[in-house]
Amino acid sequence: MERIPILKMGRFLLVTVQVDMHDRLAMTLQDDLTGRIVKDRAHGVLIDISSLEIVDSFIGRMIGNIASMARVLDAETVVVGMRPAVAITLVELGLSLPGVRTALNVDRGVELLKGCIEERAQGNGHVAG
Amino acid sequence: MATLRDEIYPIRSSDDIVKVRQITREWALMQTFSLVDQTKIVTAASELARNTLEHGHGGEVRIQALQEGSRRGLRLTFVDQGPGIPDLAKALQDGFTTGNGMGLGLSGSKRLVNDFDIHSETGKGTTVMIARWK
Amino acid sequence: MEKRTKLAEIVKNQHDVILNDWVEFQLNATTLRRDLMKESELREQSREFLGLFTQAVQSGSDIGETIWKPVKDFLGQITRSRVLLGFTPSETATFIFSLKQPLFDVIRAAVKDPKDLVADLWTTTTLLDKLGLYVMELHQQNREEVIHRQQEELLELSTPVVQLFENILALPLIGTLDSARTQVVMENLLQRIVETGAMISIIDITGVPTVDTLVAQHLLKTVAAARLMGADCIISGIRPQIAQTIVHLGVDLSEVTTKATLADAFMIALQRTGATVTKSAATKTKG
Ligand SMILES: Nc1ncnc2c1ncn2[C@@H]1O[C@H](COP(=O)(O)OP(=O)(O)OP(=O)(O)O)[C@@H](O)[C@H]1O
Ligand SMILES: [Mg+2]
Repeated sequence: MERIPILKMGRFLLVTVQVDMHDRLAMTLQDDLTGRIVKDRAHGVLIDISSLEIVDSFIGRMIGNIASMARVLDAETVVVGMRPAVAITLVELGLSLPGVRTALNVDRGVELLKGCIEERAQGNGHVAG
Repeated sequence: MATLRDEIYPIRSSDDIVKVRQITREWALMQTFSLVDQTKIVTAASELARNTLEHGHGGEVRIQALQEGSRRGLRLTFVDQGPGIPDLAKALQDGFTTGNGMGLGLSGSKRLVNDFDIHSETGKGTTVMIARWK
Repeated sequence: MEKRTKLAEIVKNQHDVILNDWVEFQLNATTLRRDLMKESELREQSREFLGLFTQAVQSGSDIGETIWKPVKDFLGQITRSRVLLGFTPSETATFIFSLKQPLFDVIRAAVKDPKDLVADLWTTTTLLDKLGLYVMELHQQNREEVIHRQQEELLELSTPVVQLFENILALPLIGTLDSARTQVVMENLLQRIVETGAMISIIDITGVPTVDTLVAQHLLKTVAAARLMGADCIISGIRPQIAQTIVHLGVDLSEVTTKATLADAFMIALQRTGATVTKSAATKTKG
């Protein structure tokens, strides 16, 4: 079956969404990711959506779900690389992805995750939302 | 108003939703929509195609490329013979869902287009028409 | 269907006479723009047009036929250049209409039978009217395009995004914000954020006289879209009246960082980007 690959980068997992996702693929990704967070003891998840030409409420919901589940499993999620046209459309649609952290690109996302984890280790972290 | 192109596509599976997105994108490009306009109409099409599949138990979409004077537009009409929507006003509110969605499909796609028209009859089916002009 | 009128034959045989008269006519016309165009250029254009016209008219006078395409393309060319030079529509169309008299003169001299004469003059006048109208339309279209392009350029010029510092952009807005302009502003800023990788953008509205609900909402949407992309915005320069309006309108700015002046906003931005580099990237806006 077709799957979106999940890459391990140290303590982080990187998912690069490259195809126009159909709904089943999105659901599979959600399952795969939660499994991998536990298995790889990941502290953070980066979802790179810079190739996505649209994000609709379904994909938006999937991203939100991944972030919530990751948080339960003690991992932070950062969505990186959303395109301007996609962002404008998503705002108009009424979706603001509350509780999901965002970064301009993968490097910035890694920085952000490192910051979060450091902060949490110091015991004064706060969770967005 | 002139119709430049007029076609009908089925919506029976989640692959068809992807197909509808691709076709809408192609047609929006053909109508020389700006990137933001393309993204808006494709996103609305994705929402409504999913509603047709999930709530309307499948149906079809008619897509029309229009021209009126120097204005160019795309019109999409989603038709299903599903259960219909008992309370339209409610269904059009942000956050209203009978499933486990976010209830943004109808209200959100309305904000993404210039024209929006919906007809629904309980037990008979639902028709949603949207159009966006460049 | 018109019978092959004499027009075709006459323009072929009398080419030089017509050209001379026609150029003469144009040079004497009140619509001549010696300031915008040299005489030699006018002569050259007239010669080329008459050549193409003569060729096309041999096959009939329906300008919808493909045989007329070279003529229309040429008209398109000179119309475009005249629009850019600043000709008015009637100045441009004079090019065609001034051809009437010279043509009438040679036709009258060549056609003796009054019935034929009327037919020939009729064909000629309708043909030139069609071409003249075609030029007018082209002129109008071209001018609309030019205006449209200028408007767009103006919009872009009037929304300059500047890089203040590494990772910090500023967008000083000046003048009235309408919905269309705000939209352009929004798209420009977001595009620049991607290009520069800026983490914080300061939208300064000191120079904006009033803010209505729609504009306030556009601003908020910009901020929300930037956040989705992973960048923060600060709105600065909110004057007291505007603050009041915003509150009256019921627009919620509590999720957005606001500062009184651009300088204050810049300080905050420096602090935040500095903190990101050295210590912690997580100290973003709360929310
Ligand atoms: N074609 C349809 N046939 C029957 N009911 C529909 C149809 N389209 C929408 N509805 C009803 O309207 C409600 C709202 O639709 P809307 O698309 O806004 O939200 P949703 O599909 O539940 O969630 P999502 O945010 O994921 O789209 C749906 O929950 C459903 O009850
Ligand atoms: Mg829906």
